Amino acid sequence: MSDVRKIKYPQSTSYPKEFHWSLLETMVLIRRCEESFIDPILDRRIQCPVHLYSGEEAIAAGVCACLTPEDTVFGNHRSHGHYLAKGGDLYGLIAEVYCKEDGCSRGRGGSMHLISKENGFLGAVPIVGGTIALALGAALAHQIRDNNAVAVAFFGDGAAGEGVLYEVMNFAGIHDIPLILVCENNLYSTHMPIREIRCRDTLFDTAIPFDVRTIREEGNNVLKVYEATRTAVAHCREKKGPVFLEFSTYRQRGHVGPNDNIQGSQTDIRPPEEIREWLTRDPIANYKKFLITEEIFRTEEIDEMDAMIIDRVKQAHKKAEQANRPAPEDLPKYVFK
Amino acid sequence: MSSNSRSLKYSRAINEAFVQLMTADPSVFIIGQGVKSPWYVGQTCAGLIDQFGETRVIDTPVSENAMTGAAVGAAIAGMKAVSVHPRMDFALYGLDPVINEAANWHYMFGGAASVPVVVWGIINRKGEQGAQHSQALHAMFAQIPGLKVVAPATPYDAKGLMVAAINDPNPVIFVDDRWLYDFEDDVPEELYESEIGKAQVLKQGTDLTIVTSSYLTQESLKAAAILADSGVDVEVLDLRTIKPLDVPAILASVRSTGRLLAIDGGWRSFGVAAEIVAVVSEEAFEVLKSPVRRLTLPDLPAPASRSLEDPYYITSESIVEVVKSMLNVN
Repeated sequence: MSDVRKIKYPQSTSYPKEFHWSLLETMVLIRRCEESFIDPILDRRIQCPVHLYSGEEAIAAGVCACLTPEDTVFGNHRSHGHYLAKGGDLYGLIAEVYCKEDGCSRGRGGSMHLISKENGFLGAVPIVGGTIALALGAALAHQIRDNNAVAVAFFGDGAAGEGVLYEVMNFAGIHDIPLILVCENNLYSTHMPIREIRCRDTLFDTAIPFDVRTIREEGNNVLKVYEATRTAVAHCREKKGPVFLEFSTYRQRGHVGPNDNIQGSQTDIRPPEEIREWLTRDPIANYKKFLITEEIFRTEEIDEMDAMIIDRVKQAHKKAEQANRPAPEDLPKYVFK
Repeated sequence: MSSNSRSLKYSRAINEAFVQLMTADPSVFIIGQGVKSPWYVGQTCAGLIDQFGETRVIDTPVSENAMTGAAVGAAIAGMKAVSVHPRMDFALYGLDPVINEAANWHYMFGGAASVPVVVWGIINRKGEQGAQHSQALHAMFAQIPGLKVVAPATPYDAKGLMVAAINDPNPVIFVDDRWLYDFEDDVPEELYESEIGKAQVLKQGTDLTIVTSSYLTQESLKAAAILADSGVDVEVLDLRTIKPLDVPAILASVRSTGRLLAIDGGWRSFGVAAEIVAVVSEEAFEVLKSPVRRLTLPDLPAPASRSLEDPYYITSESIVEVVKSMLNVN
């Protein structure tokens, strides 16, 4: 942890121990889950494209800590973390990545199609930008039912290139729809750096002309993510309209697979010094350091949590590898309800 | 037919479907451009805002991608959403939520969720409106797994299929035609459904089967009446649903007449008529007394000038001509 130094947590706030524990646990679960896929990807036991969330855990954990099961969430291609943070079952996720019948989508979706309806995780799909409009619809459903719930769309800086985002902000702004747009700006749209695909490298300001409240915050700082989202959720529940949240972050892995190497070659073209710099801002290592320094938890307690999570993940892999693939005769099943 | 039916225009039959369903089910809502304006949607949405408010009858900016996506998203969240496109051409901006999301949703999540959305596209053509205000795109939607496509020809089905489409747990494309809006016929007063996937013989005949849908069902019935004067007795099978296609009904009719003319208001190549012909060739080739024929729009965009529109569109006269040539009747 000697190279961990970048993140300053809000000092004035005093959260209960359980709250910190729960945030840390969510982030560690996501990280351990993500990193557990690397070996099976490299030796081809997992073949479906896997987009790892390592490095961005604070956003999923901080945002979802503000939500209730009635609040609805849509994800994208890189949504293992969103699914887990919203309460999705670990084994259902891992089995789905192996494309097994036990998976949350019964092996019909794979890593990029995750759902946990009972937890309000209404779906993650890989057409980037598309789920922004779906979240608008879920938020509209909340508004029509007047049930005080909010809808959240997680999307990246790349998806902000799709015109639908601006249509959604305009409509949500006109009608004060309880929608929270969570833009995870990890500076890359697949291989393209943000400076090559946008005139500006910030996203929060795109919401201003649509009368959408907007907040920009450090996405690797879980407490700041939580606080920004808490403000956004309150704004929506008070029927004051949509909120755009931009969280700056960085993915520690390539766009797909461990290092953009799903077809065997390593194609991550980001500068190594940039990657190294961002590793010092690791959201988990920094938070752990903060919790230990502030004497909220002891190192041993955290290590014990970590070991238990590693074991849970390992057991889930073991079971998923043994589970059945969908039966060939079930090919036509599920086209229509 | 119910004893409580009365004569109603096609557009008013759709309106009645909305009024009755929205009264019965608070999860039904309508979103799309022009719901406030009869210029856009005829009488189909008359009085809805007064009765149900702007929260459930939502007129929108021209943002079809987001508005169609919102309907799909609301349906995923458990609402019964109707997304209206008063000119079907503009629905092309909203294809991503329909094809990538709604059509695939139930399958790609292994049945964990479904999308009870109706995407309602109104074909509004002729009148020298030209290529971008005229397109009939039902065949394109019918190609997509996971979508149902209905195209009512009568006021009875306009109401019955709209109700069935809204109540269906799957995404349904409801295609109608402004040329049908003033057709008047018996419509039951109560709430009912026309079953999706069931065709109906609207005129029985012995010499030849016309399989058709939507506005061209009405033109085919006119043609059948004209042909009857020449002693030609055609059967008219109204598909009502484009997908799933009622194959048994098509085969039964062709087996009884031995001749098939497939008529469709879309383009010729890779279209609905081509699909009907393929099904008959595969399943009932042995009963055919003469080659099958298709009558469709030619493979070219809709023109503006009247002098070009007239030969472009199918009429009862052009149907009569094709039937006579198939039967070698003068």
